[in-house]
Amino acid sequence: MTTSLSELESQDEAIILALPKDQRIASRLCEMGLLPGTAITYIRRAPLGDPIEIKLRGYRLSLRKEEATCIMVKKINSCTSNDS
Amino acid sequence: MNRSKYYAVVGNPNSGKTTLFNALTGLRQKVGNYPGVTVEKKAGFFIGQHGEKIELLDLPGSYSLSAHAPDERVTRDVLLGLRNDTPRPERILCVIDASHLERNLYFITQVLELGLPTIVALNMVDLAQAQGRRVNVEKLSQELGVPVIPSQATRKETLLPLKLALSRAEIERSSWSPQLPATLLRAIDGIAAIWPHHEEHSLEPDPLLRMKSLLLLAAPAEDMMLLAEEMNAGKALNIALAQRMMLDRDLPSWREVLVARRYERITTLCQAVQGEGKMTSYSTTHYLDEILTHPCWGWLAFLGIMGLMFLSIFVIASYPMSWIETLFELSSDFIKELMPSGDLRDLFVDGILAGIGGVVTFLPQILILFFFIGLLEETGYMARAAFLMDRVMNKVGLHGKSFIPLLSSYACAIPGIMATRTIENSNDRLVTILVAPLMSCSARLPVYTLMITALFPGNSISIWFKGTIMMGLYLLGTLAALAFAWLFKTTMFPGEHSIFLMELPPYRMPSMSHILLQMIQRASLFLKRAGTVILGISILLWFLVSFPKSSSSSSRESSKSHFYEEVTVTSQKADQLEHSYAGYLGHLIEPIIAPLGFDWKIGIGLIAAQAAREVFISTLAIIYHVQHDEENPSSLSTTLLKETRSTGAPVYTPLTCLSILIFFVLSMQCMSTLAVVRRETNSLRWPLFQFCYMSGAAYLASLLVYQGGMLLGFH
Repeated sequence: MTTSLSELESQDEAIILALPKDQRIASRLCEMGLLPGTAITYIRRAPLGDPIEIKLRGYRLSLRKEEATCIMVKKINSCTSNDS
Repeated sequence: MNRSKYYAVVGNPNSGKTTLFNALTGLRQKVGNYPGVTVEKKAGFFIGQHGEKIELLDLPGSYSLSAHAPDERVTRDVLLGLRNDTPRPERILCVIDASHLERNLYFITQVLELGLPTIVALNMVDLAQAQGRRVNVEKLSQELGVPVIPSQATRKETLLPLKLALSRAEIERSSWSPQLPATLLRAIDGIAAIWPHHEEHSLEPDPLLRMKSLLLLAAPAEDMMLLAEEMNAGKALNIALAQRMMLDRDLPSWREVLVARRYERITTLCQAVQGEGKMTSYSTTHYLDEILTHPCWGWLAFLGIMGLMFLSIFVIASYPMSWIETLFELSSDFIKELMPSGDLRDLFVDGILAGIGGVVTFLPQILILFFFIGLLEETGYMARAAFLMDRVMNKVGLHGKSFIPLLSSYACAIPGIMATRTIENSNDRLVTILVAPLMSCSARLPVYTLMITALFPGNSISIWFKGTIMMGLYLLGTLAALAFAWLFKTTMFPGEHSIFLMELPPYRMPSMSHILLQMIQRASLFLKRAGTVILGISILLWFLVSFPKSSSSSSRESSKSHFYEEVTVTSQKADQLEHSYAGYLGHLIEPIIAPLGFDWKIGIGLIAAQAAREVFISTLAIIYHVQHDEENPSSLSTTLLKETRSTGAPVYTPLTCLSILIFFVLSMQCMSTLAVVRRETNSLRWPLFQFCYMSGAAYLASLLVYQGGMLLGFH
């Protein structure tokens, strides 16, 4: 299921499909390890709704919705139950 | 024989790089600025195993050599040897956070490709182990081709192997390569070939040129020109542009490939040195964040922590501050006893001693704030505070991390401005520094109190209403700060689309010695850089109010009775002030400030308040012959209300009081703040700009209030 990163729910796992068109933003995201094909976990949104927190390559990154809406992802599963 | 060795220390932010740097060098550090940018330059040294000096340069934390922020640009430029003020390092010490190996290695492998002798310090091995990710150090060292030394910055005994390695005479250079596809390699070599070779005889382009070519090729279109100019590579720029067009045709996704190939190799490497391992997916960090970023508990914790910090700089600091004050009063009394009266004694007591006292009195606030900031940064909470507040700060174009400096500025702008160091992006940092003094600091409080008392004399108006006015003043300052932040952000850095990508580091136990070191460092920097300027200006201000001596002061001996003496002393002081340079200046600026409803006496107050805002009150007390009593401010306000102009109309009408209040909310009347801004921005331009825009805004706002009020029929 293809959607944008900002529309994921807490604990959703997804694969990055496409980065924003803006060259500068895309290259920064790439270098932080957010590449097409990278698996991410959506952790949470901030209490005020923005920014959001995701987990990738073993670390946690927060980014604003403004950028997240331009990142397309494929949802692979949503596990809300198991913690281990 | 024992030549000193010069290392650049590089690594990701949050990799424990600065903690390691501090642990290695201790207090043998020199902190300054890189010329032309608001980026801090930290250098230090330690004595190596063979008695030689080993120098370390702590470069700003970076995620990539492509340098997306001004601080990262400094790191890139130093490593590439593009900065005239800093020699290119001969050797490199890379700091890697073992618990985030994959992302850390992205930047580190870029640095390895520079081909300089390199040592890798594998930091936080204990944390990685606790997470079930044991790193095979020998294997990692083998793969990277350089020595890898496990270390824990927080435990001194683990540093010895690292110190030994750093002292070695010869160190390997890495032969790591990201194994790019042939099309990309050809493009890079094509650009590198055009550069004048450093070593004429070598056939292979040297690693530095290849890295320069790669960075030029991959730079976003807008930055390419600037980068080429910095590299002094006009010809290479043309080739790079041509290569780009070819790549766009042959390999449309080449930009992604460039990064992806590197990550692919790193992922393989990580699997080899870490094994698949059993990763505990949810850590303490996860559970702590469930609370600390919770929509309800998160805010409660945030309010609690911020409240505690704010109260500490506001309330707890007031005790040591009053001790310092008492100490300086006692020593001034002591000097008065010791020295014969005269100009020299006055210079000592009212100029130098008062000036030093004025500097030292800021220390408690600075120390307490930096204790908290150290704690918040070390534990990892700082990033969470920014995560919570970013939405609010983003509205005016600022970063979530601007929140703490602005909050601290309610107590005092000086520690607040010093706290902007935690903001990585130097444009955001500059804007925060520029607007921080608009937050109403504690020095404005006495002025607000006096003027509100004068505005509503007696008990006719309830204390609640006065409190609301006070709140309104704080609100006005805050709104002005946010409005100006938005204005500066959109006008001064219009092209700069600062995207917000912030790592949320795992929670860690803070290292107290590291925090303590930072507190000492900040305090001593303040004393050295800002303190001297503050002292100088306060001596100048003393001179302005004390000279030239008025003739009446010679008749001092004639007074006999104690009561009579006190009255003459106060009137003498007023007389002296009126005939001093400050008094002259007060008259001089009267035509300028008259449209705001101020007379020349208020003018003197404003000039004296340039030292610090609260001086306004003591100056008014002198001008109006009031024996000012700290306990009972109403005596001064009663006197103020009786003051009349030459026409017989009262000076301190409600409208004038309001005009003074508005003026104090917005204007820049604190030389100490200006001195700190000069030190933090490393230029005279920004404090000057700050002084002008704030004074200008204050003048316009007061003018609007006073003249508008007059038009509406108020007085």
